[in-house]
Amino acid sequence: MHDLVIIGAGPAGMAAAMEARSLGLDVVVLDEQAQPGGQIYRAVETAQQRGGTLELGQDYRAGLELIAAFRACGARYLPGHQVWQVERDGAVYASDGRQTRMFQGRRILICVGAVERPVPIPGWTLPGVMSVGAAQIIQKTTGYQPGEGIWIGGSGPLAFYYAATVISAGGRIAGFLDTTPSGTLSVARAKWRSLASGWRDALKGLGYIARMRRGVDRYVKGVERIEALGQDRIEAIRWHVGGRWHESPARGLLLHEGVIPHTHMTVSLGCAHHWDEQQQCFRPTTDACGQTDQDTILVAGDCAGIAGAQAAQCRGRLAAQGAARALGRIEQAEFDKRFATTRAALQGHEALRPFLDAMYRPSAHLQAPDDDVLVCRCEGISARMIRDAVEIGARGPNQAKAYTRCGMGPCQGRMCGLTVTTTIAQAAGISPQTVGGFRIRPPLKPLSLGELASLARTGQAE
Amino acid sequence: MFVQPPKGVRSRLIAVTVDGEEVLIPEGSSAALAAMQASPTGTRRSPATGQARAPYCMMGACFECLLEIDGVPSLQGCLIVVRPGMTICRPQGAREIPDA
Amino acid sequence: MSNSADVVVVGAGLHGCSAALQLALRGQKTVVLERRHIGRHSSGINAGGVRTLGRDFAEVELSVRGMRLWHGIRDLVGDDCGFAACGQIKVAESQEELAQLEARAAESFARGFTHERLIGRDELRRRVPALAPHCVGGLTVDDDGAADPYRTAIAFARRAVARGVEIREDSAVLGLDRKGERWRVDTSNGPVYAPIVVNAAGAWAAKVAAMAGDTVPLRTRASMMIVTERLPRFVDPVIGATGRPLSFKQTTAGTVLIGGGQQGRADLDTEQSFVEVQRLARSALTAVELFPVMSHVRMVRSWCGIEAETPDRLPVIGPSRKRQGLLHLFGFSGHGFQLGPICGVAIADLITQGKTALPIRDLGIERFASLPSLDPCALAGPL
Repeated sequence: MHDLVIIGAGPAGMAAAMEARSLGLDVVVLDEQAQPGGQIYRAVETAQQRGGTLELGQDYRAGLELIAAFRACGARYLPGHQVWQVERDGAVYASDGRQTRMFQGRRILICVGAVERPVPIPGWTLPGVMSVGAAQIIQKTTGYQPGEGIWIGGSGPLAFYYAATVISAGGRIAGFLDTTPSGTLSVARAKWRSLASGWRDALKGLGYIARMRRGVDRYVKGVERIEALGQDRIEAIRWHVGGRWHESPARGLLLHEGVIPHTHMTVSLGCAHHWDEQQQCFRPTTDACGQTDQDTILVAGDCAGIAGAQAAQCRGRLAAQGAARALGRIEQAEFDKRFATTRAALQGHEALRPFLDAMYRPSAHLQAPDDDVLVCRCEGISARMIRDAVEIGARGPNQAKAYTRCGMGPCQGRMCGLTVTTTIAQAAGISPQTVGGFRIRPPLKPLSLGELASLARTGQAE
Repeated sequence: MFVQPPKGVRSRLIAVTVDGEEVLIPEGSSAALAAMQASPTGTRRSPATGQARAPYCMMGACFECLLEIDGVPSLQGCLIVVRPGMTICRPQGAREIPDA
Repeated sequence: MSNSADVVVVGAGLHGCSAALQLALRGQKTVVLERRHIGRHSSGINAGGVRTLGRDFAEVELSVRGMRLWHGIRDLVGDDCGFAACGQIKVAESQEELAQLEARAAESFARGFTHERLIGRDELRRRVPALAPHCVGGLTVDDDGAADPYRTAIAFARRAVARGVEIREDSAVLGLDRKGERWRVDTSNGPVYAPIVVNAAGAWAAKVAAMAGDTVPLRTRASMMIVTERLPRFVDPVIGATGRPLSFKQTTAGTVLIGGGQQGRADLDTEQSFVEVQRLARSALTAVELFPVMSHVRMVRSWCGIEAETPDRLPVIGPSRKRQGLLHLFGFSGHGFQLGPICGVAIADLITQGKTALPIRDLGIERFASLPSLDPCALAGPL
């Protein structure tokens, strides 16, 4: 039995582990990657060994210090472990690829971060179409940059940041199709407070945008639609701007429309979630320490709500403080002090968020795609098929799943769940909050029957 | 689709096989990247639609990167770091059942 | 939306919709009240086995007669419901188990049933080559099979609506009060009045019965299921085991569905259910021991619904002993899907004729009471 089982070794999980250890808690951290860092600091240790961290910027390199401190904090760290089931009584089942082990925690802290918002456009399933996040992972793990004819389509800080780092490394981007909705000035006016208090982050962002615009072969602003064309791979792209379609040959297309909380685990536990109108996604409902409505379950980091790596560390620390308090392992005065300090820091890191959320709202055609566009990649279900299900009475994703098989594939709705919700909401004229999301069931990641069967033979907790 | 940068540090390359053909790939790559670079027209066919597919997210969410790695079928290649001599095979449609 | 009917059916699962359809075919104005949506619970998530094989003798004849409806399901509801008569086999893993199946076959024959037949090792190997070599034989019904449960429930609902039934979703039944010759059924959308109420409320049948002042013995069940990734076709019949729970079938999509009755956890009040992986592991173990090729196959999802069973694991079909104008139609966990079409006929018979020729004599609620029973096939009181 551990005091705290932390799932995810990104900034939130690592900061939580360190804070919990400083309070004397017994901590185990499970993560599916081979190294700590989550996505933001992915492979930073090996990147440093390779000597390739410079062009990725100071923020990325900052991960090194965090990781070193995490490795030294005394938490039991298990890389290469994919958690496939969490139960409310504190049981966590993780597979190392060959066998499953069970861990028992008095408290479970879920820090599984974010996934990219799905970008369902015509042709998005073609080989050669990937997310910007995917390209960034390739960049961080290998130093590889885009080759000839690779375009970026989308908007949001990650897309600008990635493009800027490619340019800094001497790489090429054939074109950047910026889908940021027009009206920056009015957003800036409406969110001036956010802009003012988050000015440092805003300036940094402007720097990335400037570097990107100087360095890409072609930049197009105010793009409304993007399509990928080709047979067995992407061969060309089209985009719609200024009232007409444009086309270009392409050998790759990197899409990005922001990130959203990865809520599979918290949904599978039956935690309460709510629709965040500002971020246009679901997030778990928690108190200031990340405590969900299930006693044993806390959340921290981007999986609780998108706010970036610095905010994730603060939330991780708050969750550790909350868990320690629940377990009676911290004096009230000490808790109050740490809580106040961390909260203040968090507010600083979250300052720019309202501006960013308003600037980079996903467009309507991504939330309710055209009929022929594939919504569920795994099972090949189009937006039309979802609408047909609504017409015969489906008023939620689980009904739509029973009618169409959407969400029944191996990704378990990670790539389509949000789109299914918003497509049904638009077709049925009800709010996403009411529509809800897919019911999520174990295994959270596909597991072999043999490995599950082995539990029946052993089943001992660690 | 992805290449060594023109300047700066170059990664060490290692050799793996994709569908029996040797492929040189940087240390630190995932098996998914190796398969993708070796086959630009897709690393698998969707069992549901037959369309050509390739890795999309590289972080374990999209499940397009399912590959047979060192004899074990249906693994997410993006979560597996390559080792020298790794054998990677692309699946075709629904996976085969091994003989009893 | 009217507030009076000839019959109110509580619950739009398969059984409720089947009863409603049969009633409508006989001219009864029927309203179905459903708290959530059609097929939300049991009917949407069961294993889909269309099985006469291996049933308790109290329901064998009903099941065998119900099979005729399955073979003509497209005529009945305008959809084939994904029904395939691929056969069902109950496998014996040892000589002792085979002896049990032989005894079963003999008793079945003695009672006049000929649908089940014994098969030996050779036929078993030929029909199911992927089965583990230790399996020695089985009991089979050749034209049993499987169908798509949710699709079936929807098909019955649609046909019922086409025949004039009103199905009201998001309409929870909050109270049942009988005054004179009719019930006032209080719902979240106002009252509905009818002389007859059919309690087809699945796992909530005891709560609904209690509203009417009747008591029924019911235990909540949450049988767990596993579905795997898609595989090339390798097994045709639905496979069960003899000495341990198993239901194993490959769907038309190529996925394999594994069930059999390992229990998860269900909460009747929040309508949530949770898979218990330690017990689920036993289902996986059984599947892998019977089909060794499945060891490296990946499970994509597991689930459990919210179902209910009675103390003798047989359904309750027939009139309430305590209240006039109330009929029961519940307790189907583990064996209700195939009975859906025929039970609708039985209920409609009871309501419109006061009796039924269908063999439900042993399935009335009175079998749980200590008081002497009424004639189970006569309705208590006028329509």
